[in-house]
Amino acid sequence: MSILELKNIYKTYRQGKLEVPVLKDISLNVEEGDYCAIMGPSGSGKTTLMNIIGCLDLPSSGEYYLGGQDVLANNDAKLSDLRLNSIGFVFQSFHLLSRQSALENVVLPLLYAGVSKKERLEIGRKALERVGLGDRTNFKPTQLSGGQCQRVAIARAMVNSPKILLADEPTGALDTASGDQIMEIFHQLNEEGVTIIMITHEQEIADHAHKTFHIRDGQFLVPAADNLANEDISTATNDAITENVYSYSYVEHEFDSAGDFIPKESEAVNNESE
Amino acid sequence: MIENIRLSFQGIWSHKMRSFLTMLGIIIGIASIITIVSTIKGTNEQIKQNLIGSGNNVVRLQLYQYDSPYEISYMGVPEGIPLITEETKQEVLELDHVQSASIYNYRNEYNESLYYRNNNLSGAQVFGVESDYFDVTGFTLKKGRNFIESDYTQFRPVMLIDETVAKALFSGEDPIGKTVEFKSTPFIVIGIVEESQKFTPVINSEEDYYTYMSMNQSSGKIFVPNSCWPDIYIFDEPQALAVKAANTEAMAAISKDAATILNRNNTNTQNSSDMGIAETKEASPESESNTIAYKAGDMLQRAKELQDLNNSANQQLIWIASISLLVGGIGVMNIMLVSVTERTREIGLKKAIGAKKKRILWQFLTEAAVLTSLGGIFGVAAGILLSTIMSSVNNVPPSISVPSIFLAVAFSMVIGIVFGLIPSIKASNLNPIDALRHE
Repeated sequence: MSILELKNIYKTYRQGKLEVPVLKDISLNVEEGDYCAIMGPSGSGKTTLMNIIGCLDLPSSGEYYLGGQDVLANNDAKLSDLRLNSIGFVFQSFHLLSRQSALENVVLPLLYAGVSKKERLEIGRKALERVGLGDRTNFKPTQLSGGQCQRVAIARAMVNSPKILLADEPTGALDTASGDQIMEIFHQLNEEGVTIIMITHEQEIADHAHKTFHIRDGQFLVPAADNLANEDISTATNDAITENVYSYSYVEHEFDSAGDFIPKESEAVNNESE
Repeated sequence: MIENIRLSFQGIWSHKMRSFLTMLGIIIGIASIITIVSTIKGTNEQIKQNLIGSGNNVVRLQLYQYDSPYEISYMGVPEGIPLITEETKQEVLELDHVQSASIYNYRNEYNESLYYRNNNLSGAQVFGVESDYFDVTGFTLKKGRNFIESDYTQFRPVMLIDETVAKALFSGEDPIGKTVEFKSTPFIVIGIVEESQKFTPVINSEEDYYTYMSMNQSSGKIFVPNSCWPDIYIFDEPQALAVKAANTEAMAAISKDAATILNRNNTNTQNSSDMGIAETKEASPESESNTIAYKAGDMLQRAKELQDLNNSANQQLIWIASISLLVGGIGVMNIMLVSVTERTREIGLKKAIGAKKKRILWQFLTEAAVLTSLGGIFGVAAGILLSTIMSSVNNVPPSISVPSIFLAVAFSMVIGIVFGLIPSIKASNLNPIDALRHE
């Protein structure tokens, strides 16, 4: 069963009299336990898509089902509940409350969920231990490194045990070593069954995901219908190559025996075409 | 909620200077209101103490015509008024809580009446008293001697005077043994008396009240044995009765019961044709049939009149102080708006991770309310300090009411909620996407 289903999503912003289309006919189907990356250059609409998936923004038209529930039928309070219980957010700039300790930051969603103080602290400590910061509970974000901050943010995102983790450029502000640590944690979470959707513009980071969606000018580079309809996605991709020069960009990555990424033939074609 | 309050304190503490300046308007407003209210109450308390005889607990029953003290005119004694005798005094003494009683005569002299050499005293209260009068009404002998038995039996023309008279008439000379002329009769001054008071009352009786109202200070009092009274005023006059009550609470009951006893044989229905006002008054249904009757001056009523005067004057000040509260409230709103803008990212994040609108609203409302309540508490402290200083400077008893303190803090909390409302609504309506992007 798909945990997340977007159908023909359009999003148009108004700038004065001008209507700016940001997302055009986006359809996306994410299965439970998937690990997806959404790639695209800036201005491609990937953040808007992320906001819609995260129930922070509503599409201009289209359908969105989260765990089988019609998201667009919800009011503001219900959307808050969805964000609280079903989705965990990780941001590029961490968004930690600077005046509060790591532990206080982590337990914030539990506070909103109405968990008692004692339980909050217990769950919060465990969550911090899981990301390897059990000894930093009382540190303020200003006393932590970027990587540590992002781990605190992940602990916060996961503290209500959501099914989906949304990450917007999670390693964008980090050095490689810290980024790798974050990816390691994402990998573990995914192993435990958490569905991860990650936005990035770094190919290296996207490679950690099982699937990559390329977005450009508000559209996925594979026809949406194929993306939804075909069970065997790789076949669909192959078929699409013959029709559309962009359509190969939805790929299943392959690795050689040394673990290095092998570019697909189609991608090489893509590079040539650019 | 507790979490919100904790967060608010954290926020206030992290911006100490700004929070304090924001609170300042509230502090000043609350402090001035507390000071004004306590000054009003203190003045009222002083008026009450002044009027009620401040712990001397003396009820004075005298003749009243309707609501004003009856003054015996040259026309002579009104008809049908019984004199107060030893028997009636005994009856009054048997009432509950009555400690002692003394019969006295009383007149107001408005013209020059008392002479010593070239000095004279215009305006005096003249009392014809029994020797125990001073004990009953709380006078002490400061100098010389009290009236003694033989003064009465031998009708000696002797006189006790108070400090005011001594100063006015003798200007430094020792008055004891000096002969003064009063109403063309020579009297020998035998002593000086002064009122013993707990709270330095200015007003002890109805006469004092009118004196107080007209010149704000006690006029001179002179005392002669009541055996001399007919020498001066020719007639046997209806007297007054001073009754000492055991406590202040009993005074009202004693006034009523004693008046009933004194009026038992009162047959006065005089129309007082010489007084025009009485005509119209008589037509109205009066519970008391007597036009002129013994009555205790209702000092509480008089006190209330003065207090009302005091209140109305000072209540204007409360309005002015309230303006500073309003200004303080606007300051709070201003700072809260700044704070919302400053914390846009925090608000966006909180909304993104699942905080409902209501929670954000409450967080900011709580912060505003905590801020102004703190201001209120500081204001109360400053107000108490200020009114203590004021009362010691103005010599008014300090009077700070506990309910007004709670009211002040509650009111400042309400100010926070009212003026915090707009910023809080603004915060709760922030779009999380824009808020997260805010730098």
